[in-house]
Formats: sequence, structure tokens, C-alpha cells
Amino acid sequence: MGINYLYPDFEVHRDREKCITCRVCERQCANEVHSYDAESNRMVSDDTKCVNCHRCVSLCPTHALKIVKTNHGFKDNANWKGDVIQDIYRQADSGGVLLASMGTPKDYPVYWDKMLINASQVTNPSIDPLREPMETKTFLGQKSSKIRRDENGKLITKTDPQLALNIPIMFSAMSYGSISYNAHKSLALAAQKLGIFYNTGEGGLHEDFYQYGKNTIVQVASGRFGVHPEYLNAGAAIEIKMGQGAKPGIGGHLPGSKIGEDISKTRMIPEHADAISPAPHHDIYSIEDLRQLVYTLKEATAYTKPIIVKVAAVHNISAIASGIARSGADIIAIDGFRGGTGAAPARTRDNVGIPIELALASVDTRLRQEGIRNNVSLVVGGSIRSSADVIKAIALGADAIYIATSALLALGCHLCRTCQSGKCNWGIATQRPELVKRLNPEVGSERLVNLITAWNHEIKEMMGGMGINSIEALRGNRLMLRGIGLNETELQILGIAHAGQ
Amino acid sequence: MHYVIVGNSIASVGCIESIRKIDQTGTISVIGDEVHPCYSRPLISYLLENKTTEEKMTYRNDAFYEQNNVKLMLGKRVQAINTETKQLSIDDGSLVDYDKLLIATGSCPFIPPMKNLESVKNRFTFMTLDDAKNLEKVLTKESRVLIIGAGLIGLKCAEGIRDRVKTITVVDLASRVLVSILDEAGSSLVEKKLISEGITCILGDSVKEFVNSDALLTSGRVVGFDVLVLAVGVRPNVSLVKEAGGEVNRAILIDETCQTSLADVYAAGDCCESIDCITNERKVLAILPNAYMQGETAGRNMAGEDAFFDKAMAMNAIGFFGLHVITAGIYQGSDKLFTTESGYKRLFVQDGKLVGYILIGDTINRAGIYTSLVRNKTDLATIDFDLISEEPLLMAFAKKERAHKLGDAQ
Amino acid sequence: MKRVYVNEQWCLGCHLCEYYCAYANSGQESMVKALKDRTINPRIKVEEKNGISFAVNCRHCNEPLCVKSCIAGALSQVDGLIVVDASKCVGCYSCIMACPYGALMPNEEGVMQKCELCTTNTHGKPACVQGCPNKAIVFEER
Repeated sequence: MGINYLYPDFEVHRDREKCITCRVCERQCANEVHSYDAESNRMVSDDTKCVNCHRCVSLCPTHALKIVKTNHGFKDNANWKGDVIQDIYRQADSGGVLLASMGTPKDYPVYWDKMLINASQVTNPSIDPLREPMETKTFLGQKSSKIRRDENGKLITKTDPQLALNIPIMFSAMSYGSISYNAHKSLALAAQKLGIFYNTGEGGLHEDFYQYGKNTIVQVASGRFGVHPEYLNAGAAIEIKMGQGAKPGIGGHLPGSKIGEDISKTRMIPEHADAISPAPHHDIYSIEDLRQLVYTLKEATAYTKPIIVKVAAVHNISAIASGIARSGADIIAIDGFRGGTGAAPARTRDNVGIPIELALASVDTRLRQEGIRNNVSLVVGGSIRSSADVIKAIALGADAIYIATSALLALGCHLCRTCQSGKCNWGIATQRPELVKRLNPEVGSERLVNLITAWNHEIKEMMGGMGINSIEALRGNRLMLRGIGLNETELQILGIAHAGQ
Repeated sequence: MHYVIVGNSIASVGCIESIRKIDQTGTISVIGDEVHPCYSRPLISYLLENKTTEEKMTYRNDAFYEQNNVKLMLGKRVQAINTETKQLSIDDGSLVDYDKLLIATGSCPFIPPMKNLESVKNRFTFMTLDDAKNLEKVLTKESRVLIIGAGLIGLKCAEGIRDRVKTITVVDLASRVLVSILDEAGSSLVEKKLISEGITCILGDSVKEFVNSDALLTSGRVVGFDVLVLAVGVRPNVSLVKEAGGEVNRAILIDETCQTSLADVYAAGDCCESIDCITNERKVLAILPNAYMQGETAGRNMAGEDAFFDKAMAMNAIGFFGLHVITAGIYQGSDKLFTTESGYKRLFVQDGKLVGYILIGDTINRAGIYTSLVRNKTDLATIDFDLISEEPLLMAFAKKERAHKLGDAQ
Repeated sequence: MKRVYVNEQWCLGCHLCEYYCAYANSGQESMVKALKDRTINPRIKVEEKNGISFAVNCRHCNEPLCVKSCIAGALSQVDGLIVVDASKCVGCYSCIMACPYGALMPNEEGVMQKCELCTTNTHGKPACVQGCPNKAIVFEER
């Protein structure tokens, strides 16, 4: 073994008084942390294998287990922190790029938590959502700002294709491959039940899920996996993925080991061949090129489906969004740097991109300034954690929001951030059949429906508090927000006043 | 509608329960020669062993007859059936009319001729509750008990009284114990167990003569005894049906609806010959589950339904001093043998079907899965027979069949 | 009648149903006290092989062969539920011989015990169903 530079991050603490040796921890850990010692009739554990996913903790019937972060550490150093040192050990050991997954855990400012929501007092009445109607229905797509008439002078009432959402929340792109069949099915079932949309991601659409097409957004990404005319026409909208918040500027790589028969068929690639998504679309080098793809897809679907262009939030996002809004796209989706991923180089995930709050505010402002805000709807994602984040996003100018990490948490994810291992004990980020079956879509979809229903209640409650009775009236209503602990530049970008002002 | 049931044991209860599911108003009369409410005869050895009590031996709860609105006529014997007038003559001189009649008269002990048998004072049979109580009265810690017959009844009797007496000797003409349900290896296992529990087994021998307190055996051996139990075998009680002109072989002949050759006269239980579903041969299958299910089938037909009982087969679950034995079906065809620490398992396969099995000791768990293969005549090619031979598992069935068993089956 | 049904598609082979069953029928307040350092004897048992697993307990048959085979009258059908009167059972194992699902098993003392859908313990609702982490066992009318 040589020298082992890495001390286990976590310690499995088992209360021997409580352990009944039922061995559920052993049976449920794909990392093989737990084992049974027949001689002593005791469970034992190997801390080095633990990823702190809490599967054992959650299933232990007597709460005999807890996972504790080790208090073993290096000598205190504000600059050379323990994880920095350990990363160096890892790379000195492997010579490779550090891989990571889910959103960045780094301590960057969370602007959602630095904004406060308004409420009505005395001079304008608040609204009780239990007594009065409260509209959360939203339409996404191009909104014509002109009244058009035909040659006979009659009003043209036909609008551009729209996505109708009962609640302004959608499940953002996660491919079949990065997540399991049952995770996809859970999302599809929940989207159908809620009257919202889920997104196939770049992995194509499994034949079993065509039946949920009315609630599906199909994605076209740089790898063009699983893209064919039926696929494009199967969904309610098509999303062109230009970038992803967790790894702006780079492509994707699904290892061949995860390309089983089903995924190979769905992605239209050979079994066990690595699925490489190139960093750019090799046919898009300009807004004009993007426009070509947008119209190609519109042609392929007879102009019946809105086209979404998804980009990562990066430095020049407002100029990029302005270009997209002129490309013919119906919806722009912006993914902030805290967005999740099934696998990304750690350095990219942790250092590239910008916060979605700032990107959203600047894009909305820019499109308004240019008079093209109605050309497109804006959807934002990248770590929306609660209904309060949803309200703040809409008040900053979003038409709807995308969630993925929150949805996975509802499905059981414990953010252990080891998706790349493919051994997800919760049956989400894995293709191993014995693990996939741990997520029963009946249970999963119910939990998703519960989550979104709960958020919707809270959204209505807070909207009522502001005296607002429709999402439309909240959108871009930045007067409803105040900053707290923000400097002048931040306030200016967010377009909001400071609390007390 | 007047339903009359002659006999008050398991078949009778099966009949009452099924009639009442269909007909809540018709009159049901039960005529039985024993004075007790229906109790389970196989429990009499457990009674002597103090594993049960007379109260707990009742087959159904105390309110059973009242709840089912049954007219009980106990301590009475039916002397004749008049199928012309549809009347029964009772030994108290009265007549009972019937519309539908069930004969569930069971069997009685068969006693072979033995010289000077009548000179033995403490001599008992071991079938009824009264038999057991009478036997109990004479047993002392000093008793030397001689049991003639190493079948189910004789050996259960031995187990039941072992702790109450000084010695027990079992004598049987057959060369091994439980010859009717076990193969040689099985018999030998049970015999070893009996011997280890202090019971003397004298096999391949018989009593030639009783002289004072001694039994002189054919082999020349002499067995001293104080108490004699006769458990050689049973004979079906067929006379009522036979004298009324019904077809009788070794026992009363019934069809799959449990009807006799006489109109409106049904028969069930140990007094009948039914068709063994494995061999399609007529047999007396005198075991409790068959009695219940025949009585039940007869009852349904008597109450106007069309019911068939075509699943009669031999099966026995029995244990001696903690050694459990479960057997079913017939022992023909090729066999698969598994020997374990405390027992063994033998499966018999004929024409691609499991036709019988013998399980002894630690192999008895989930035996019913094997029974169902025999009963349903499952084609062994449709299941994982190697797996199920090792251990009775539902896993051995095809996925669809498993889903049915665990999801839809009721 | 509501019964317990099992769907092997979702069974994880975690065996929690067995432990929740043993606990529910232990009469103890605490699961730890009930099960620690004991060999459990649940009324539901998981079969597993080659990645397939499923739990088996009493199906509460409409035509219960166990009841019809019981020599002691210890098994009975009460409003569809098959219950055992342990005080009447003499341990002859006729029910083991009869049950096509292999769903009956003796307790530590050799007396038969069986799933009574937690109606006869203090739990009230089938503990295996409540304890199943993946809805592989459900309690419903079909």
C-alpha cells in the first residue's frame, strides 16, 4: 500500500447498545462499508469506504448509526486548508484531473440569502390565498408586443407556441445515463401530475417515456445523442444545450461502463463505448449559426414547439442572452455556477461561471433596455433551494425556474457528491440494476409532487403577503426585493435597493 | 330443507360450515354416538401428554353449534336409512326425516384375533376421547404398557403416555414402524428416536397368546405388561350405507361430489373411499384434511351448489418426541434424496411431476410448497426443480407465477 | 379485504420487514429491547437469489388449506383473516404441510405462528408494510 496520505473523511459511529445486528446497513451499502463479524456477532465498518450518503443511517431501524466528519486534521492554516492539501495528495498520487459531482460546495456568496421579500402593511392590503384566487399559471414563449391583423383587417390571434406551466417550476435537464431509469420515471410522472415539465437532458428519450411527451422537454446537445425526428416531436419543447452551470465551457463524458443495452439504444451509440459530448457544438460558432439550428428544429417540428436555448451563466451573459433573444429562440434558460452535475472536473465546477442571481438580473435588465424582453421567456436554474428562492428569482425577472438538485434531494439524494462513482445508494445516479430498483417511481414521484405542491403553497402565501395575486405581477417586480449586507455594485447589478431604503 | 349429518367429527363440521355459507335457514341436525361436541381425535395422545386439555380439544368454539343453528342429537345411534321414505331410524326408537343426508361415521378399531385376548383386563383401543380417558384411569408410574401396532395411532399413544408409565413396548407384525407412510430409511430414523426415548420396539413379530400378565410372541419372546393398547388398524363404518343398498367396497364409494350411489345421500371422511388424485385409484384416504374437505364439498352440494373435490391425496404431518415427519403423495418413480444433519428428504418424480415426498427432521420447513406441486401436478419443466429440490422456495417458480402467488392469489 | 401484497420488482432484500415483524409481535416497547442479541423468528420471510428478492407471508386465502388441515382447530378464518390460537396448537405441523406458499412457521417453542396482519398485536397496521423502504410490500384491497 505504501504511504497512505489520506485519512478517511468520515467515521461511522455505531451505538453498540442500539445495534440489533439486522445487517440492513451491510445489505444497503454499495460501497461495502459495513460487514458482519460472525465471531463476535457484531457489525463492523470500514470508514475508508464511506461517502457519507446516509443510506445506512436512514434505514437503520434503531438509529444506531451516525456518520461523523472526522476531527482528525492538519495543523490550522487559513491558506492551506485540509481539503486543499488533500487534493494535492490525490493529484500527486493519480496524475489526473480531479473529478467531482453535484454543485460546488465552496463558500461563495449566496445572493438569494442576501435579499429580503416585501409584504403589505396598512396602505395596501395583503391577500389571503385560502380565500381568494391566486394565479401561479405561467406561459413560456415569445410574446408578441404588436397587434397584428390579416389582409381583411381581422385580428391574428394565433400566438407563437407556448409552454403552459401550472406552477412556474420545472425539472431541469438530467440525462438518462447520468441518472437512472427510475429517477427519470419519477420526474416524468411528477411533471405529468403537476402540469409542469421535466427535461430529458442530452441522453435521448427512453421509449417507455414517450407517453409523458406532453410534459417533456427534449434536449439537443453537442453530442446529439438520441436525436431523431420522433424524438424532437415527442416533447412539448426542445432545448438546445449550449452550456451547463456546473461546467461551463467544457463537454461531458459518460464512461462506457455506464452504456448498457438500454442506454445504448436510447442514445443511439454502441454499447460500452464512451459517450463524449464535445465542448462546443461543432456547427455553432456564432449567433447566426445558433439561429440556423433553432430554425432547423422549428422546421422539424412544424413551428409547433418553443425552442429553448440553455447557456451557463458566465461573464458576458447579458450580451450572450441578447444574441440568443435575436436568434429566434423562444426561451432562454440560464444555469448558474452552483448547478449540479453527474461528473465534472472539480476545478471547473468550483471556479468557472457566475452566480445565477447576478446573471438573471443583468440579463433581464439588458433585454428590457434593448426592448427585446418579450422576444423570449427567461428560465433560471443553478441551485434554487426553496420557494423563497423561486419568489426572488421571479421578482428579479425570471418567468420560471428550473430545479434539479432540489428534485434529487426529494428523491433521496443526500448530496454525498460521489455521483461519478456510479454506486449511488439511493438508486439515482447509477445504472446498476440492484441499486436502480431502490428508487420506486411511485414513491419518488409522490415525493416530488409533495415538494412542488408545498412550494406552491408557500409561493401563494408570500405573494398574498405582498398583495400580489398572480405570478405575472411578480415577474421583474424588483421593488418587492431589498438587499441586505450588499455593496453598491451588487445592489446596482441586482437592480434593487438596500433594506431600509 | 332438512340436512341430517350422521357422525359428529371433522367431516361433519366441514359440512355444517359449508352449508351455512350457502343456506342460513335450512335445518341442520347432527346425530352422533359420542356425547361430546366435536373434538379432534388425533389430539387424544396430546391430551394424555398434557399438551392440550379437554376444553381446548373441541374442534370449534363452544358457540359453534348455536351460531350455526345446528340441532345436536348426541349419544344416539342411527340404525338404518330408509331411502324410500327418506327417514332414519334411531336407536331410541324415533324416526328422523331428511332431505339431504351426510354419512360421516368414520371408522372403528380393527382387532385381530389373539388367543386369550378377552382375558386381559386392562385392554384398550385408542381412537376416541373416552378411550383416552379410560386408558388414563389405569395408568400409573409403575405401568408396563404393551401397544400392539406401530402405526400412527400406536406410536402417538406411546408418545402421549411415555412420561406417565414405567415401560412401553410396541409390537408390530411389520418389520418396521410407520410402514404405511414411510420408506425404510424413514422408519429407521423414527425407530431410533423411539428407542432413544426409552420405548421398546419389537418388529416383525406378533402376539400368539396372552397368559396372565404376559404376552407370548410368535418369536418366542415374552413381554410382561399391565396395560394393553390395541392399535392395529381401523375399519370404515360402512354398514348404514351398505344395508341401505349403497355401493361399498372397503369403504363407502363416493364420487367427486361426495355423493354415494344412493340419491341424496352423501358420505365424507374416514368411512369413504375416494379417488386418489395422483393415481386415480380408489383408496381410503383416512386423514383429517380430506375429511374436512369432503365434508365441505358434500355440504356445498347438499345446499345446491355444484362442488367437486378432486384433490384427495395421502398426506401426513406427525411428530414423535420432537422429530417431525411430513409426507405426501405416493412413493413411486425416480427419487432424489438429500440427507441432512437431523433428517432427510426424499422426493419422488414420475412423468415429469412430483408425486410424493418424505421429509423428516430439519427438512420439513415450508413443506406445503412441495404439497402444492403434488396437488397441482405441476410440470417440473416449468420450474427450477434443482433449486426447489434443495429447498422449497417460491423463487423456483417462473416470474409471472411468482407475481401471481404474491400479488393476485387469494 | 385488505391484504398484504408483495411486488418483487421493488424488493431490495433489505430484510427490514422481518425485523419490523419480529418487533411488532414481540410485545416490547423498544425495538432494541425486543431484538438485540436475539435470533428473530418473523412471520414474514424474504427469499433471495441472484439479485431477485421478495417477502413471503400469509396470503389470507379465501379457501385456506391450512385451516382445513389443522387437526386441532387452532387455525380459523375470522372475517377473512386467518388467525391461529396458539393455546390450541399442538405443533403437529399439518399447516406447514398444507400451505402452498410456505407462509407458516413455528415460533421458538415449536408452536405455530403466522401473519395476522398485525391485528392481534399492539401495532394495529402491518408493520412490514410500514417498515418497507420501497413500497415493495403494500396493504390494500385488490
